[in-house]
Amino acid sequence: MTSLEGDAARKTADAVARRSYGKLVAFLAARTRDVTAAEDALSEAFASALADWPVNGCPRNPEGWLLTVARRKLIDGVRRRQTGEAVGTQLQILTEGLEDAAAQAEKDMELPDKRLALLFACAHPAIEAGIRAPLMLQVVLGLDGEKIASAFLVSPAAMRKRLSRAKEKIQQAGIPFSVPEREELPERLDTVLAAIYAGFAEGWTDPSGTDAIRRDLTEEAIFLARLVVELLPQEAEGLGLLALMLHAEARRAARRNVDGEYVPFAEQDPRLWNPQMIEEAESMLLRASKLEAIGRYQLEAALQSAHVHRRLSGRNNWAEVVQLYDALASITDSPVVLINRALAIAELDGPQAAVEALQDIATDERLTQYQPYWAARAELLSKTGAYDEAREAYDMAIGLEHEPAVRTFLQKRQAALLRH
Amino acid sequence: MQYLLMLHTKESDWASLTADQQRERSLPYQAYMEALRKAGAYLGSNRLLPVANGRTVRIANGKTQVLDGPYADTKEQCGGYVLIDVPNLDTALSWAARCPTASHGAVEVRPVWQMQG
Repeated sequence: MTSLEGDAARKTADAVARRSYGKLVAFLAARTRDVTAAEDALSEAFASALADWPVNGCPRNPEGWLLTVARRKLIDGVRRRQTGEAVGTQLQILTEGLEDAAAQAEKDMELPDKRLALLFACAHPAIEAGIRAPLMLQVVLGLDGEKIASAFLVSPAAMRKRLSRAKEKIQQAGIPFSVPEREELPERLDTVLAAIYAGFAEGWTDPSGTDAIRRDLTEEAIFLARLVVELLPQEAEGLGLLALMLHAEARRAARRNVDGEYVPFAEQDPRLWNPQMIEEAESMLLRASKLEAIGRYQLEAALQSAHVHRRLSGRNNWAEVVQLYDALASITDSPVVLINRALAIAELDGPQAAVEALQDIATDERLTQYQPYWAARAELLSKTGAYDEAREAYDMAIGLEHEPAVRTFLQKRQAALLRH
Repeated sequence: MQYLLMLHTKESDWASLTADQQRERSLPYQAYMEALRKAGAYLGSNRLLPVANGRTVRIANGKTQVLDGPYADTKEQCGGYVLIDVPNLDTALSWAARCPTASHGAVEVRPVWQMQG
């Protein structure tokens, strides 16, 4: 194998992996619901591809090639693991659908896309909420466990264990590989979207993009949201989530200055925002609004949109922003929303009114270890002249922050108070 | 569950900082300990003098040996510790990530041995 042919083969394999990984896993596991076996078979198939393609050339239909090989590995696996009658049933289940599909795929026909069903299985209510996002990233996108582990701040071994437990659960608890029925769909879709957003949020904590693993995570989350939008184009909240994430992602370059320091939204340079992404976000939001099914993600995307418009046009729209937060607060039980609402109230009615608004949620236990609460409180208190209390709140915010750039930013704000 | 967070840094890095930089680096630790206290997770902490001030003692073949310096010669040295009490390892890890040391050194998280009744 020349290195050039090897490179070409690797590139094709990477491209197929990115585009088709979830499709192939979904297909291979659909009957048996054994995700682990499907993934193992597929990774063996990819390894065979890397050995075969540079020698014999890339196949015309790489997806079909991989499916054929993976199917064979899967059947070999069953033969190895099981004996007697069990083999018969398992093999029968496996071969029934797979034979036809493989034959179709080899004839260049499009493989049926079961990724959506796979997403719903990963975010099934029976799967522990915290593992849904990692599970999707691994099973649908083929991200490796170590990457996922460090992004979610757990050790690789612990993440491997949790992922394999979740996969076992899919098989043993009989979690269906199907898109829920109409009446069940909104609620079930909500868990899928929440898991995608959780993945995005993990990536979002590294705006400078110095940590490639996390940067990738935001891209992967956007990829998953696009998939949902493509496969369920009539679901307004899917569109809303995509719009929300595109808006956030569009501002990535502006969130750090040249020294790598954190830049708050109000001080960002809009010329550093990505206009194409903003435009796409706006068109997604418009599409969503025509479906007339308002929800959390659309409201959050609308808020992003309002903030962006204010900065670009210079027109004061804080009344509208507070209204949007009111609407959001009425459908979620999120203290985060109330914190942001208080910050908007500060712009509309002054800092004292905002401090009072924050007071209402101060007893919420979830906030004692939530950095943005303390940062918001510190900011508002300093504006009302309550400097000692502000300093204390900054201490909490600094102590709870794990990102050095944001910590430095908060320290500077706190130091500025010392002049009072 | 109690966890010992061991804070490892390169002592030579610290020595190379200016007095202002050293002060700047120390500041967030106060805030960090304060946040731990308010969360009810704080049990204790100490900063250690550089390893050159340490001694290592062992008894071999009935003879007591005292050596200058650390037990193990490593690239990074343990420069302090924080003992915390939190519900589980995940919480311990998130506190470890918030520790200012995590961004310029490493924070080792060790669960404390639980005595069996």
